[in-house]
Amino acid sequence: MASYSTNEFRSGLKIMMDGDPCSIIENEFVKPGKGQAFNRVKIRNLKTGRVLEKTFKSGESVEAADVVDTDMQYLYNDGEAWHFMHPETFEQVAADANSVGDSAQWLKENDICVVTLWNDNPIAVTPPNHVILQVVETDPGVRGDTAQGGNKPAKCETGAVVKVPLFLEEGDLIKIDTRTGEYLGRAKE
Amino acid sequence: MTDRSNNWRPTASIETLRKRAQLLERTRAFFVKHGVLEVETPAISHSATTELHLSSWLVRSPNDDGETCYLHTSPELAMKRLLAAGSGDIYQLCKVFREAEQGSRHNPEFTLLEWYRLGFDMDSMMQEVEAFLTELLPGRLTQSAQYISWQQAFIRYANCDPFEATTNDLQEIYNRHTGQHVDEMSTEDWYDLLMSQVIEPALPHDRLVFVTHYPASQASLARLDTSDNRLAQRFEVFAGGLELANGFHELTDAKEQRRRIQHENQQRSQAGLPGINVDEYFLAALEHGLPDCSGVAIGFDRLVMLATGENDIAKVLSFSFANA
Repeated sequence: MASYSTNEFRSGLKIMMDGDPCSIIENEFVKPGKGQAFNRVKIRNLKTGRVLEKTFKSGESVEAADVVDTDMQYLYNDGEAWHFMHPETFEQVAADANSVGDSAQWLKENDICVVTLWNDNPIAVTPPNHVILQVVETDPGVRGDTAQGGNKPAKCETGAVVKVPLFLEEGDLIKIDTRTGEYLGRAKE
Repeated sequence: MTDRSNNWRPTASIETLRKRAQLLERTRAFFVKHGVLEVETPAISHSATTELHLSSWLVRSPNDDGETCYLHTSPELAMKRLLAAGSGDIYQLCKVFREAEQGSRHNPEFTLLEWYRLGFDMDSMMQEVEAFLTELLPGRLTQSAQYISWQQAFIRYANCDPFEATTNDLQEIYNRHTGQHVDEMSTEDWYDLLMSQVIEPALPHDRLVFVTHYPASQASLARLDTSDNRLAQRFEVFAGGLELANGFHELTDAKEQRRRIQHENQQRSQAGLPGINVDEYFLAALEHGLPDCSGVAIGFDRLVMLATGENDIAKVLSFSFANA
């Protein structure tokens, strides 16, 4: 079984911790001049998203986690799972609600997402940074209000609700930053 | 290659490098003023430190005889040979090498300032270190230096007497301060972890703090305390949240020194580390006679960090190891 020594620790390294795949966020080397060295590590559990801290005696080794980020095309949702396809091998995987999490609201068919696979099973889905979605539900647009501030909620085709300027109408296409959930502007197809 | 062509620039600013040069100049001026001789000793030698927690870089012998040589982790043993040969007070500014020490406060190649004073006991050595650091760090130290024993530091800042505490007690203290558990460790390992992660951050940052009388088990080259043989005549200096210096009233007893080196080699073998040839040159010098003296080593890069307010060692090095 592959393993890493604390000397190889760096941010982004994927290791197993208490049975779950984790990613190292921060690694701090600490050592009194004449004393034992330690690594104080901040780790994100890739299944739960929770961040934990752990201290290792330097020189210890930990089991490596077989975690790969893969670009995949989102195909459809069958009511239980979200299906993705590798654009070159056409291999398909199905991700459940636990692994898709909040990303579900940004998933539009045919968009390319990053699917995180652990032992070939999806454990997380990251949507593209920017998506273009159609507004399906919002209050009627206020004419001539393009310059003034103010906003209103708008429901998009994927179910996401974003704050948009008052002049937008149902049927408009908008561009959204999925990392912040912010409206970026109107879009043409 | 692309990565390298984008990262050719120094990790320190040119302004910091100027400041560093000034500090080197003032360091040398301090020792000229005090009549301490500058010396240079070899960076590569045929034997190395046996201390458990110091890891020497290996180099191939140039004689093609398969012998392993070592980059020094400190110039201490060679400088003591000079002292035994009658050099009088000496200091050295040199690069030293410690394998696998890399982080925001560690670079595997770093600069050490080390000096020895004949006839100085631990107190007079600490006074000189205080005078030196106060002169080099004007404005950074707003309060006068504080002196506290290692045991008292645990009592005051970790609320436990380290000589009474069990490993469970020490685990609990670490857990209370950091919310973390660590797999089973020896008492010595716990002392190191608590010192660096609980006590050191709690020490006042605006003054020099001298922590004195470390446990005998953590002082390979120091004399034991005359009144309490659990303790050694070893001190460390902390400032601005950094471990800055380590000093000893030096052990001069050759038999005792040989016993400690053998004990360290046993510890190394128990830890699965390779044994290291005993430095017979050093022990012969002690047998000939090391004059009564105290010595101290200061991490010069950390001194530059304090003087410039940088909190990453790479920012005070022309090129950190990653870019070297």
